[in-house]
Amino acid sequence: MFAKQLTVFIENRTGRLCEVLNVLKNNNVNILSLSLADTTEFGLLRLIVNDPALGKEKLSECGFSSLLSDVSIIKIPHKVGSLQELLRAIDNDGVNIEYMYGLSIEGESAYVVLKASDIAKVDAILIANNIETVSCEQIANG
Amino acid sequence: MIWNETKECMSRDQMTAIQSARLVKLVDYVYHNVEFYRKKMQAIDLMPGDIKGLDDITKLPFTTKDDLRDNYPFGLFAVPNSEIVRIHASSGTTGKATVVGYTRYDLDVWSECVARCLTMAGVSKDDIIQVAYGYGLFTGGLGAHGGAEKIGATVVPMSTGNSKKLTTMMVDFGATAIACTPSYLLHISEVLENEGLIDQIKLKSAICGAEPWTEKMRNEIEKRLKIKAYDIYGLSEVMGPGVACDCDFHKGLHVCEDHFYPEVLDTATLSPVKDGETGELAFTTLTKEGIPLIRYRTKDLTSIDHSPCECGRTSARISRFKGRVDDMLIIRGVNVFPSQVEAALVNVEEVTPHYMMIVDRVNNLDTLELQVEIDQKFYTDEVKAIEALTKKIAHILQQALGINAKVKIVEPQSLVRSEGKAVHVIDKRKYD
Repeated sequence: MFAKQLTVFIENRTGRLCEVLNVLKNNNVNILSLSLADTTEFGLLRLIVNDPALGKEKLSECGFSSLLSDVSIIKIPHKVGSLQELLRAIDNDGVNIEYMYGLSIEGESAYVVLKASDIAKVDAILIANNIETVSCEQIANG
Repeated sequence: MIWNETKECMSRDQMTAIQSARLVKLVDYVYHNVEFYRKKMQAIDLMPGDIKGLDDITKLPFTTKDDLRDNYPFGLFAVPNSEIVRIHASSGTTGKATVVGYTRYDLDVWSECVARCLTMAGVSKDDIIQVAYGYGLFTGGLGAHGGAEKIGATVVPMSTGNSKKLTTMMVDFGATAIACTPSYLLHISEVLENEGLIDQIKLKSAICGAEPWTEKMRNEIEKRLKIKAYDIYGLSEVMGPGVACDCDFHKGLHVCEDHFYPEVLDTATLSPVKDGETGELAFTTLTKEGIPLIRYRTKDLTSIDHSPCECGRTSARISRFKGRVDDMLIIRGVNVFPSQVEAALVNVEEVTPHYMMIVDRVNNLDTLELQVEIDQKFYTDEVKAIEALTKKIAHILQQALGINAKVKIVEPQSLVRSEGKAVHVIDKRKYD
């Protein structure tokens, strides 16, 4: 299963990130996790939210460019070495990971967001290894 | 010192007589050898015999950069390729370059003109001169080089791009003169200061051109390097550097009038204005064989003074340039038109057609930043995709403009959309 990640392109200048967050707040879009890739000129704000489509629509209305893309939200055991095991399974199939960030910890489990060079292949690997993936809604509704 | 006193100090009457005779001959020459001019003259019922002297020049049609583009590459050449010994090219207003060709005689005339300019700047056969203009299609390097060889100076063909080597050789060789753009010379002076070499140089004059500069810049160059700096002017369409240069008195640039007839035109009516009034400079190449041009509009704004100069020369002087009629920019000595950027971006589907050029001068070197908006269809969640795109655009610009630009992707809709004539350039360089 893939989840929709909301990515926003923002120029690297004071206050810009806050303006993006302001739009989400005003429209009751709840942020579950985020990752900010920064360069000297610009940043890519990657968001997992409860309603990605609404977020994109509202950001667009306010003049921000955003993109919905497929990522995997993967549930792994909350214990030492489980992330390494997950990556080994993916690496063994020659898939390159583009980026990854942590999402949340819930009792015995943890969630990571992962984007790979071949997302379909990653999904197949996860299914084959009986590793659970979830949607934004599932995370949002606990 | 005056290189050619006979030509540079003759009376106005003598000069007018020479110019008249050469113009009559030129018109006959282009009518019979350049189809473009023959058709232009026929269209207005003008025959070579109708031009009897300088007073008739206003009957002749103008030539523009677009005419050179439309006749790309060799359409305006008056001689077959067997007579052309050199080609140079500069930026056109769009994709195609402006191409000029020189016969052996043209190169001789060019060297003669540059020799006059260098002599005006105090350079002689006893000098060691570093030519730090670009060598290649650009006329700066080879043009200055030819003139410096003609006067018998020791020429060091540095070209551009290696300031460290230039300063080292300046000290080691005991160079006494340099030809380069004024901003590059300021940069060189900083390099010399930083390396602690400033007191070891033997430099005494600089011949600077290829970009607009001011008295303030001249003063700064002269003070920092303890030298005299002279302003040389030229454009490849007419010849290259050496069309005009200023003398010790710095009261305008002496035009090599026996070869290039200058007119200053009212920008609205295009009729010649009086001495001292500002207008667009136009040149008629009186002696050129390869690509003779009639009333070529330079788009440079200036005024002219025909009175004799304190230096003893009688050649007409044009004032420091007061701007451009069009939107051409000179960045690191290279002519750049916004339309070239526009033409280059058309082929990049990942960005919108909106763009902004930010020109600045950092540490006395010109910088160009191009801001573009990524197109909605090509939004990405990966940094490397945006970095690859900026690299791709920078490469396309380098190919199109011949200079390196920094490309910055900005947020969509963030570039100003103006109604009517769009503003595509912010030039932060200070000239005064």
